[in-house]
Amino acid sequence: MKAKITITPKQAVLDPQGKAVQNALAHMGYNSISAVHVGKYLEIELTGADREAARKQIDDACHKILTNPVIEDYRFEIE
Amino acid sequence: MNFAVLQFPGSNCDQDVVHVLHNVLGHSATLLWHKEHSLGDADAVIIPGGFSYGDYLRTGAIARFSPVIEAVQAFAADGGLVLGICNGFQILCEAGLLPGALIRNRSLQFRCEHIFLKTVTTDSPFTNQVPADKLLRLPIAHGEGCYFADEETLAGLRANNQILWRYVNAQGEPTEAANPNGSLDGIAGICNQRRNVAGLMPHPERASEPVLGSADGRLVFESLIHALETRVAETAS
Repeated sequence: MKAKITITPKQAVLDPQGKAVQNALAHMGYNSISAVHVGKYLEIELTGADREAARKQIDDACHKILTNPVIEDYRFEIE
Repeated sequence: MNFAVLQFPGSNCDQDVVHVLHNVLGHSATLLWHKEHSLGDADAVIIPGGFSYGDYLRTGAIARFSPVIEAVQAFAADGGLVLGICNGFQILCEAGLLPGALIRNRSLQFRCEHIFLKTVTTDSPFTNQVPADKLLRLPIAHGEGCYFADEETLAGLRANNQILWRYVNAQGEPTEAANPNGSLDGIAGICNQRRNVAGLMPHPERASEPVLGSADGRLVFESLIHALETRVAETAS
């Protein structure tokens, strides 16, 4: 199994990277873009076949170390 | 006094901190590898700057789970004094020993320059020797020093007098241009509610001798030493 995790900055947190990318896009003529958020993407390979156990483990790891709940949100899927 | 100076793979200000504590201020300072489970007989802990674990994942995120940080958690819970400088500040926030987080500088630039700091309160073991109206001129060197916390946390920091240092200009005014990283409220350093754990982004250890252009950083270490000596005197009496 594989966990695919997407981490994004929380709405309230300044995202200067997203802003810089947005400005660059606007500069290049992509003018229908209203916001850019730059986050992280992780793939974690898992052993075993118990999807529910895997889900629990990944959620726990996301909360404890893979993200900082003060500044980041996350979502993931198990495949 | 006996200082433990933590050392992670990627720490790079550890020797500077030991130099200031030992050679400049005449105290004992021992380097402690991140795999250690005990702080020994340390009176205080300094978590120095650098790029622990290459800043992988997030600054301080991996260092925060090292064995030595578990010992620091217990030490802090007992009231022990802990100071985190730059990456040390980031580690303390990740470890939950200080509130909030340090994120990418608003300018996206790595800023390496001297700044001015206003000491907001002298009521802490980290600021008690700073003269009330003295601005500290210290170097910064970071890409992720923008202090962030939610509104409620910020309100708590203000209400409990936990903001220790703010970025200001040479006249002592908290202008936007004087804030090198976009920190909320111009925050450069804070302490916890119990006032025994503090962190700051600027580097007092790089400005503790006149030959380096500023000796203002000494005041931070001298405050810590004063606080420790006061504790010893109180225990003895």
